[in-house]
Amino acid sequence: MSWTTVADVASAICMLGGAFLAFAAGVGVLRFPDLLSRMHAGTKPQVLGLVLVLLGLALRLRSGGAVWALVLVAVFQMLTAPVAAQMVGRAGYRTGKVRGDLLVVDELTADIDRLAEKDQPE
Amino acid sequence: MTVVVIICGVLLAVGAALSIIRVEKGPSMLDRTIGLDIVVTTMIAAIAIYAAIQRRVDVVPILVVLSMVGFVGSVTIARFASVEPEGEGRVRTREEIAAQEAERIAAEDEAEEARRLGRRESADERHDGEVR
Repeated sequence: MSWTTVADVASAICMLGGAFLAFAAGVGVLRFPDLLSRMHAGTKPQVLGLVLVLLGLALRLRSGGAVWALVLVAVFQMLTAPVAAQMVGRAGYRTGKVRGDLLVVDELTADIDRLAEKDQPE
Repeated sequence: MTVVVIICGVLLAVGAALSIIRVEKGPSMLDRTIGLDIVVTTMIAAIAIYAAIQRRVDVVPILVVLSMVGFVGSVTIARFASVEPEGEGRVRTREEIAAQEAERIAAEDEAEEARRLGRRESADERHDGEVR
């Protein structure tokens, strides 16, 4: 058994994991009740799933330049996914799409209330 | 390898189909954004798996472009289109559409009338000026 076979098997396992995470995201985004939990489901394939698939692709291609481009894709996705998630979450909070009854801890609302109280006496 | 590819393809297709159902159902623009993000990520994964079976290096730039485009789309929607105007996108009944139409026509008639009156007044003024 040569090392290329090992790399191919590892790549197959990685791609199966990534595809399963994409499937799980589809199920989660359809079944979950509100915006934040859907975001939680949606971020699984965006970072871990994508990294797994790209790792599988890199193990299969095994050439220098392509692997660096794949690293670039993964790094770019890791940089941009939090930005997009923050903007979606903030817009959702401000337009009242976050269901307070489903949250265990809501520190943002508490902070905003405290700030409003602090501003009141002036 | 063929079996792995078939399993991956089925999982990705089902995941994309489920998130497209979420895009269709809504209920808000942000939920649709999340659904479309997942569709884009699934497309990236599908192209990566295609490149892996065919051992094609030349499709790798497509992955870079797709990850950039998905980011721009979701940020744009969250920034500019998250607040939906009141009543926008709601399916109206025929009576409501007729009422809106009548209102619009009445407003246009009023504007037309006001314009005509204004013109006549200015014409009268000019006429007066000539007489004097």
